[in-house]
Amino acid sequence: MTAAVRLGVILLCHAELEVAARMARIWAEGGAHVVIHVDLNVPEARMSPMRTALADLDNVVYSRRHRCAWGRFSLVRATQDAAQHLLAAFPDTTHVYLASGACLPLRPVAELTAYLAADPQRDHIESVSAHEVGWTVGGLNEERFTLYYPLDWRRHRWLFDRFVEWQRRLNVRRRVPRGLSPHLGSQWWCLTTATLQSILNDPRRAEFDRYFRLSWIPDESYFQTLARRHSVTIESQSLTLAKFDHKGRPYQLYDDHIRMLEESRCFVARKAWPRAANLLSHFPLPAGAVPDPSPPQPARIERLINRTVRRRVLGRPGLYMQSRFPRKDAENGKTSAPYAVFQGFSDVFPDFEQWLSGRLSGDVHGHLLGPEQVEFAGRPQVGPGAISANPVLRDHDAQGFLTALIRITPRMQVFQFSPRDNQVLNWFIATDPNAHLLVITGAWMLPLLHSGMPFDDIRRVTAQLQRAELAQLEVLNSVWVKARVQIHDLSDFLARPLALLDEAVRQVQPTVDPIDALPRMRDLTGLDELLRKLRNAGLRPRLTGDGLRLPEQPDNERTAAE
Amino acid sequence: MMRLSNIPLPERLRRRAERQWLIGRAANRRRALRSVIDRTGQILPDDILTFVTQRNERIRLPYFLDYYREMGVRHFLFVDNASDDGSTDYLREQPDVSLWWTDASYKRARFGMDWINWLLLRYGRHHWCLTVDPDEFLIYPHCDSRPLPALTDWLDASGRRSFPAMLLDMYPRGGIEDEPYAEGQDPFQIARWFDPANYSISKNQYFGNLWIQGGPRTRAFFTYDPLTGPALNKIPLVRWNWRYAYVSSTHMLLPRSLNEVYDEDGGEMASGCLLHAKFLSTFAEKSTEELDRRQHYANSKEYRAYHAGLQTGTRLWCSESREYQGWRQLEDLGLISRGNWA
Repeated sequence: MTAAVRLGVILLCHAELEVAARMARIWAEGGAHVVIHVDLNVPEARMSPMRTALADLDNVVYSRRHRCAWGRFSLVRATQDAAQHLLAAFPDTTHVYLASGACLPLRPVAELTAYLAADPQRDHIESVSAHEVGWTVGGLNEERFTLYYPLDWRRHRWLFDRFVEWQRRLNVRRRVPRGLSPHLGSQWWCLTTATLQSILNDPRRAEFDRYFRLSWIPDESYFQTLARRHSVTIESQSLTLAKFDHKGRPYQLYDDHIRMLEESRCFVARKAWPRAANLLSHFPLPAGAVPDPSPPQPARIERLINRTVRRRVLGRPGLYMQSRFPRKDAENGKTSAPYAVFQGFSDVFPDFEQWLSGRLSGDVHGHLLGPEQVEFAGRPQVGPGAISANPVLRDHDAQGFLTALIRITPRMQVFQFSPRDNQVLNWFIATDPNAHLLVITGAWMLPLLHSGMPFDDIRRVTAQLQRAELAQLEVLNSVWVKARVQIHDLSDFLARPLALLDEAVRQVQPTVDPIDALPRMRDLTGLDELLRKLRNAGLRPRLTGDGLRLPEQPDNERTAAE
Repeated sequence: MMRLSNIPLPERLRRRAERQWLIGRAANRRRALRSVIDRTGQILPDDILTFVTQRNERIRLPYFLDYYREMGVRHFLFVDNASDDGSTDYLREQPDVSLWWTDASYKRARFGMDWINWLLLRYGRHHWCLTVDPDEFLIYPHCDSRPLPALTDWLDASGRRSFPAMLLDMYPRGGIEDEPYAEGQDPFQIARWFDPANYSISKNQYFGNLWIQGGPRTRAFFTYDPLTGPALNKIPLVRWNWRYAYVSSTHMLLPRSLNEVYDEDGGEMASGCLLHAKFLSTFAEKSTEELDRRQHYANSKEYRAYHAGLQTGTRLWCSESREYQGWRQLEDLGLISRGNWA
């Protein structure tokens, strides 16, 4: 069966000739004809070790050398010449594989020929229509074909960009030669000799070459486009595993990829780090008695690479560290997990923290942003993640404090908040979709009620806290809010505390048991008297709600009702 | 720098003037260095070089040298600041060490950075240069399977010129004095605990670097004045050019673009860690000595704080400390990142 397939390999080399010579030997000893193209930029002196290393192999030849520049037509020219040279020197060739000196054959060459023999008419070349957006990474797509590119991007980067801009402004649109539909794809392909011959001997080849000479990165489009014109059946997937990062640079392969490359069953991978000694000596895998023609399954390694691209581009949500410090609103997730902020509840119910921690499955803290201390659950001096309870440290980078706490703890974080606490995170929390914000406005007044402070002090503190809470409400009522916010004023809440408390707890954790009894409530006697006094002292209480109707001993009433 | 900061100049020009001043100062201070042994002729193109200032670190040196040799460092350039514990002789005998000796003031050489800047300028050009202290051990993603040249080749291919590695203070579980450190021993067999998540970050707009503070030192020694705690951000690995200069320790460099080792659009760039093996049994002795010399940053405030802390028997370990398990653990915790180095 394999007798039907005679593989020829074009090896494009421009650096690391030592590795390239090794690869040529692998191909040649596997029974393939090899033609090597070495970039003319490499001095002749550096080629002689390669020539001597491969001198004993009679199926290795060298094609005419061209000076190649990345992204230019010279690469296509080199490939064309090498292909012609190969077909002339070894007329029995049935398939031609284009590889580079850094492409590492993973499986024995015999398995590749067996795979090709299963359907010998098929061309393996990735070829995606240029009109479908999305094949290219970090570069031009359709404009590769509609603008002129006479300049070398590497050497005249600034001029190149200006020239592209200028053409865009002038609405320059090159006409694609009639009968061609621009296609893009990986530059590494495997074509049948028939297809390759008809591409090389196309009567209109001069016209096509002229067109592609001024298009951008023709090595990713010349054969990909012309194969569509001449091929009978195209398998639009490259047999070479070559992944690019978000900037279009190829990934390197190292010793620790050996296992995964083995599992991928790919025939050829690109590109191996030249000093990855274990990797280079491990592959190609030794040939079995019967060549295994199973197709490649690169899904797993592609997933790994896509995951790292995602990590590079999007990062892990809620992480702030030495190499990820997103500017405001570019965070891709301000925090890493949902959390809840209860404001005013601990003023209405003095034991609210203990009561809540018995019900929710998360960590219930006190006032994490409180002025005297970071009130971690249980009040340790060092909280989760070894975060200090020192408020000066916390306020130095409050956002870092909160995000680190949420990221380091496996459970949901719940904490108390009030206008007495540090207010710097108001915008951050309000614009964070992970936040649940449950607010009773004006509740901060209740601890003042029986504080025993002189009335003048109460009036002053009230003014301060009211100002702080009004500023916060301005944030919470803005159009930028992303958090789930529930706001009640104190009189609303006191009118039906059980229902609203149940609703609040349920919003944070829907699976929680229904609440049938209120926790101990603060004594409210004298509240309307205090409010009246404040009003008469020239301070209008604006957050407690209007017409405060105080339930008589609400705690007892509820329990009695049941 | 003090004088320059008073002149009203556009920031760019000021940074340029500062950089040139630093380079000139480094060139000027080269006279303080006396060559003990110069093996720099052995350095080949593309070798990775390590630059170290040391004083009386004899007991740490064997492990330090072996650690970086195995990683792929090809040559060490040491400045010895008047050691008297035999480390000069030890270093002189190492085949891959070039050694300079000085008894000039460490403090007046901007904590040794003038000397290092000079050696970098003279020998570091076009090499990847790692500038570390003898108690700092580089960890980077995949460091268990890929040598340092793999990282530097990849950085080259990605067009990057500098690589950040935050300082991670390591400490033992018991008291710092409890388990004596023996020469040649892996210090992280003893000091194998660290703080996972208590680091605060702010951005320095002028130099463009991140300012990271926190960790056990701030938590335990600087509780009363936490904002003066030591900085942990470092950029130790740079592909050097003679125009570059370290500004303050290895915390930041000029030109400014070398400090931009973090992504501000939400992505993660590759980064590593310098494991800091400071808190070993050798520490108390060292802190007494350094206190007497008064040669350290901010009037040795750090050492005074440590000393006071250690006298009262402070332990750095707390129930939230994590035991070091390798780079993957650090990556999961978000202290380092592989970025797009798959």
